[in-house]
Amino acid sequence: MSSRELILGRVRRNQPAWRALPAIPNFDRPLADPLAAFGAALARMGGTLVEAPPPDQLDVFIRARFAKARVICSAAWEVEGTRRIEAVRHPAELEDVDVAVVRAVFGVAETGSVWLSESEFGVNALGFLAQHLVVLLDPQAIVADLHHAYRHPGFRTARYAALMTGPSATADIEGVLIRGAQGIRTMTVIAAPERGARRVRAPSS
Amino acid sequence: MSLVSSRVDHAEASSKFIEAKDHADFHDQRLWDLRKKRDAVSEAMPEWEELRSLASAIKEHTLTHLGDYLEEFEKNAVANGMVVHWARDAAEHNQIVFEILEAHRATVLVKSKSMLTDECEMRPFLENRGIEIVETDLGERIQQLDDEPPSHIVVPAVHKLRTDVAEVFGRTIGTDPKNHDVPYLAESQRRHTRPYYLKAQAGMTGANFAVAETGSFVVCTNEGNADLSTNLPALHIASIGIEKLIPKIEHLGVFVRMLSRSALGSPITQITSHFRAPRPGTEMHVVLVDNGRSERLGMEDFWYSLKCIRCGACMNTCPVYRRSGGLSYGSTYSGPIGVIIDPTFNLRKYSSLPFASTLNGSCTSVCPVKINIHEQIYKWRQVIAERHQLPMAKREAMRVAGKILASPKLYRAAVEAAAAGLDRLPRFMVYNPFNAWGRQREVPASPPSTFRQWYLKNRGKKRGGAR
Repeated sequence: MSSRELILGRVRRNQPAWRALPAIPNFDRPLADPLAAFGAALARMGGTLVEAPPPDQLDVFIRARFAKARVICSAAWEVEGTRRIEAVRHPAELEDVDVAVVRAVFGVAETGSVWLSESEFGVNALGFLAQHLVVLLDPQAIVADLHHAYRHPGFRTARYAALMTGPSATADIEGVLIRGAQGIRTMTVIAAPERGARRVRAPSS
Repeated sequence: MSLVSSRVDHAEASSKFIEAKDHADFHDQRLWDLRKKRDAVSEAMPEWEELRSLASAIKEHTLTHLGDYLEEFEKNAVANGMVVHWARDAAEHNQIVFEILEAHRATVLVKSKSMLTDECEMRPFLENRGIEIVETDLGERIQQLDDEPPSHIVVPAVHKLRTDVAEVFGRTIGTDPKNHDVPYLAESQRRHTRPYYLKAQAGMTGANFAVAETGSFVVCTNEGNADLSTNLPALHIASIGIEKLIPKIEHLGVFVRMLSRSALGSPITQITSHFRAPRPGTEMHVVLVDNGRSERLGMEDFWYSLKCIRCGACMNTCPVYRRSGGLSYGSTYSGPIGVIIDPTFNLRKYSSLPFASTLNGSCTSVCPVKINIHEQIYKWRQVIAERHQLPMAKREAMRVAGKILASPKLYRAAVEAAAAGLDRLPRFMVYNPFNAWGRQREVPASPPSTFRQWYLKNRGKKRGGAR
């Protein structure tokens, strides 16, 4: 007998009597200012929410915030950076990235999280190998809580999706909080409205 | 779990832990701090108790339909492009993982924290076959480098002080052993570990949840190590216990809201990663592991422990765990949840663990999935006594206690004698190696009269005299 059959057989023999699956109610409560709630939640997790500069100033704005950055790799069409993600062939090429720029699909006010999948990262490792992450988030695209977040159809279509909430962190030594464990050291969310349809970039070679 | 079944002596191991007073005091405070953080965030949510009920009901439903949900998960995962394996026990799990690595000629494996792989003792198995394994979670890495198992399922090195970590890193990864600055130690591990993500041929994770309707699984971490381990190498292996199934994506809303709040007091982990399909040109393998779980499912009193989402809240709140350290339990799973899971692996080996509890019930009240932990601990004591797994001293004490408690006369005489005795006995008679209750603490002063003496004097006449 295969292990699959053996395990399924034992599970079915031993399953306790039927218990019902409850419905998940709505826990909605009025949220006066979703962006402010998002920003407060993000700050608790070590991230920073900033106001957007004029749309054509995003590159300048990011460069000014990360004056020492040599490699700014962008997967967002609004930001050019110094390297386009479309030019990256292998994730290991991202090792030298100082600042990564992506546009999130939506944010979650309850937790301060942003939703990113392979479509937004271009190369998934971008969000983790880079030293710093800049996320563009449309203030209109903020859902109240995780129940709403999990209704997003992206969870059914993306190969990989991450709810990222502030920088990587650890408190494994004496509970001392270290921001910048092994992934990004900082997360900056720019409340930048998304304008029009996304411009499609041809992959550069 | 080890096949060597020498009995774990929790009390003996704890006494060694308590001897290092600075360690024991810090451990107690650090875990209590996590408990307080958990209280603060859960009390701020009006629906917290409703979420606990939902989480418990969803898990109980899933476990009572587990066969169907496992097949649904498998079907969808395969349709997404994953390879699904089934392992009946730890040995088969380890063999499957080795064969996958061998087929890919993988010699370096970067691994995020997985209690299941610790349960299966996978690391020594693979290391003996030439695979270099790098634990990438900071706490787990500290424990790997110190050749010790994790002492806590969420914070594996919580029993170590910064000076211990400095010593371990100095000895193993070349840091200055005298420098115990925490940011320095964490930064050193970051710099030591990151090159491995680039050179490893395989990455490995566990899973916090596996969703049947989408064939996807979720990994909740804070350090970025799981996403580095999986998004760089071209091979991702995930070991998943069969109890990790949940039916639908919408149920993640309930569990993700509770997991990190219960574990660390944060509203969510820094990264919550959802894996549904491999990246183009790479492979994703899932190993569904039984290793005793299907048998536990058939234990009338004990199957509820399969609801566990491994948050560690019961450990952080447990006065015995906080003062005895996870290593004293001699198992991957320690604290209250370990006490009720471990005997299902090996009753004889873990027969002392259900006695490592005061039965105060705090574990049950913080459990996000409402496992009746302290009731199960009590039931395990009965099972162990019935199967004659009690150590001699405890068995004799229980036999004498049974006689005394069965006779009101003997009981009264014993209580009065003890009360009188405590006050008159010289210290060495109370605080000596033969009296467990006099160790590590001062026995409270005995009251001026026994309850019965007080009752007879103050209430006895009114109620017509209690006998």
